Amino acid sequence: MSTATLEPRVHAPRNYLNADYGWKSWLFTLDHKRIALLYLVSITFFFIVGGSFAVLMRIQLVDPQGAIVQPETYNKLFTLHGVVMIFFFLIPSIPAVLGNFLVPLMVGARDLAFPKLNLLSWYIYIVGGLFTLYSTIAGGVDTGWTFYTPYSSTYSNTQVTAVAVGVFITGFSSILTGLNFIVTIHKMRAPGLTWFRMPLFLWAMYATSIIMVLGTPVLAITIFLLALEHLFHVGIFSPALGGDPLLFQHLFWFYSHPAVYIMILPAMGVVSEIIACFSRKRIFGYKIVAFSSVAIAVLGFLVWGHHMFVTGQSVYAGIIFSLLSFLVAIPSAIKVFNWTATLYKGSISFDAPMLYAMGFIGLFTMGGLTGLFLASLATDVHLNGTYFVVAHFHYIMVGGAVMGYLGGIHFWWPKISGRKYPNGWAALAAAIIFIGFNLTFFPQFVLGYLGMPRRYAFYPAEFQVLNVMSSAGATVLGVGYLIPLIYLFWSMRYGPIAEPNPWGATGLEWQTPSPPPTENFSKIPVVTEEAYAYAEQEAGHE
Amino acid sequence: MQGFPFQPEQASTVAQSVDHLYLFLTALTVFFSTVIFATIFYFMIKYRRRSPGERPRAIEGSLPLEILWTAIPTLIVAVIFIWSSSLYVRNAEPPKGAMELFVTGKQWMWKVQHPEGQREINELHVPLGRPVKLTMTSEDVIHDFFVPAFRVKKDVLPGRYTSMWFEPTKLGTFHLFCAQYCGAFHAGMIGSVIVMEPDEYERWLAGSVPGESPEAAGEKLFLQQGCGTCHIADGSGPGPSLLGVFGNPVKLTTGESVPADDAYMRESILAPRAKIVAGFVPIMPSFQGQLTEEQIGNLIAYLRVLGKSQPPQPKEEGKK
Repeated sequence: MSTATLEPRVHAPRNYLNADYGWKSWLFTLDHKRIALLYLVSITFFFIVGGSFAVLMRIQLVDPQGAIVQPETYNKLFTLHGVVMIFFFLIPSIPAVLGNFLVPLMVGARDLAFPKLNLLSWYIYIVGGLFTLYSTIAGGVDTGWTFYTPYSSTYSNTQVTAVAVGVFITGFSSILTGLNFIVTIHKMRAPGLTWFRMPLFLWAMYATSIIMVLGTPVLAITIFLLALEHLFHVGIFSPALGGDPLLFQHLFWFYSHPAVYIMILPAMGVVSEIIACFSRKRIFGYKIVAFSSVAIAVLGFLVWGHHMFVTGQSVYAGIIFSLLSFLVAIPSAIKVFNWTATLYKGSISFDAPMLYAMGFIGLFTMGGLTGLFLASLATDVHLNGTYFVVAHFHYIMVGGAVMGYLGGIHFWWPKISGRKYPNGWAALAAAIIFIGFNLTFFPQFVLGYLGMPRRYAFYPAEFQVLNVMSSAGATVLGVGYLIPLIYLFWSMRYGPIAEPNPWGATGLEWQTPSPPPTENFSKIPVVTEEAYAYAEQEAGHE
Repeated sequence: MQGFPFQPEQASTVAQSVDHLYLFLTALTVFFSTVIFATIFYFMIKYRRRSPGERPRAIEGSLPLEILWTAIPTLIVAVIFIWSSSLYVRNAEPPKGAMELFVTGKQWMWKVQHPEGQREINELHVPLGRPVKLTMTSEDVIHDFFVPAFRVKKDVLPGRYTSMWFEPTKLGTFHLFCAQYCGAFHAGMIGSVIVMEPDEYERWLAGSVPGESPEAAGEKLFLQQGCGTCHIADGSGPGPSLLGVFGNPVKLTTGESVPADDAYMRESILAPRAKIVAGFVPIMPSFQGQLTEEQIGNLIAYLRVLGKSQPPQPKEEGKK
């Protein structure tokens, strides 16, 4: 706490939070840490919006006839739930909040390579979000978040254009974020921070950024073509206009399958950091875990056809895509084994971030293993388009990605806010979320195998028991998500002051005060050891 | 539904084989989750932190272990891949002699046409123990024909034909779902497949409104639309004779040969200039928007009949 002596009159030393006040100091900031907070507030808002759509959906499905809304409204609910959660919460979640905050700190730099682009990316995101909110208020959109043609392009009478514009615009914010991370990680690492000394979170961010930069333009093109057909009847996807109805799916999944890895790779990075810290161990097989992130990023681009096994694509295409999809499962399995091995002979503590990380492993493992059912052709024919798919991707994207995000928020919260939250409440919330999640989504595996198709506003009565179980679980899950919102907010004012390194973690971000000063480090650090040097750490620092 | 089932009824010849794979995958999931979770719990308890200052010895990793736990999942997924792909390939082709039905998906109903001409909406009556092949298309958006009890599913696309088959092994009424989101009443695009004893099915066929057979309806359309004006049977017209065409390769102006199947015939009706038969000029108008999917299906059924006749022996044959 050496900086405290510089300003003896204030309680807190100068840091990025109290460096300046007023709305202009936030809306025009170029500080990556403040931009991260702008993102934190915005994605939390969208999470609440997307979550309320989910609440209404689960209420609707309590009754086989549909409990509260007309089918048209239900179709808009699941569409907006998907659009908001994927494009406005999950994709920006870890990269734009934790990545923005941590990448410069972890590489030992004063900011990202392009601070103005970074602020621009937030504004782009907000403009895209406003289009989507506008479309919601103006009547909503009912195409499903997948926008399948020709329904979306020539049949739907809802706000397709507004949402398409929103998603199109938001894509550019992801591209700018990815670009910023790639350049920063390449060019701005502190002296001594070689590639293989980087924390695995940086490797994960690097792999994610590659997908963002390479994949998002394809989404932009696809959405643009969709808008062309929707607005001007240029025949691209609709057979009535001379187009090809499946072309859209190929283009869409070429981005949207890798997009799943935009959501899950960052969470894997977070989990690596947490497990290393709370078991006081180097990550077992560091290089293999690092390379498996890159392998997932690359292979992830080659598996889009597994979304199309029942579209009538050729048997041979199906076989190739099935094989590639199985291959992408292997690096994920390797990661799980290495995390488990990291615990071996460690010194494990059960602080809240560790509980979230363990929750991640549990739910991600289930999500990954059930992915095998869908990569496998013969079973996918039955399961495709049913609740089994819904359950599977929620285990990955909510069980995995959101658990990882919350784990990261809890791990770095003392650094971000300078305050500590009540650990007991955080542990309780982690347990409630884990239980609530399983209660909500496990029944959906069974529902799917029994044959209930997804996106049904009403359904045959025999599926009611499982739907009611799922809805009941959702209330538990909802409570679980509300608790952290309350105590984290509370801690900003009333939480105990956090020391620079409350968890005793390695990593450059912990060597600067909490919260960090605007310039991050008073002196650019020099790295002399590998990441996770827990065994020999501490002696020199305290 | 009795009790609380965990799997849908097995009512087709492929259902059991799909369920076996499913059970294998479930067992694998249970096994690996149990092993991983048990190991994690064991480590977390055994190596829990006992004093705040503990500094465990660093472990680099282990190449043999990495190879081992790369090889094991690779082997396992290889087994699943081979198993599931061979099952898929085996289930892809309908057996010979399957009964052929024509299905049209339309927001928000299923229309079925039987070979004898009977039509039904949101119901599909089929005899027990006989393979049934469905040729399907959509009049508007993408739908998906899904019968959980048969473990079969296939998208139904506008502008092209997809096909699937099943052989029912159980009498009864089974759900037919649309499994591809298709708009406002997607959830209402459901119907039932009714599997009957073969003689009962015959009685049902006889008892229901016979209607026109697809071939007869197609022949009528062929006349109404004036197809025969150009496609003169003896090959003397400005369009090629259609005798003996369906099911055989057709030589195009580009020099390549394409099989004259459903998809080719459909394209030739709707986009006649896409593929021009060798020796002819592209003068045929498109019938896009003038025929319903059912009418196109009927026309093709008639063309299939014509395909069984001997083609005329025009002079061009002599050139060869």
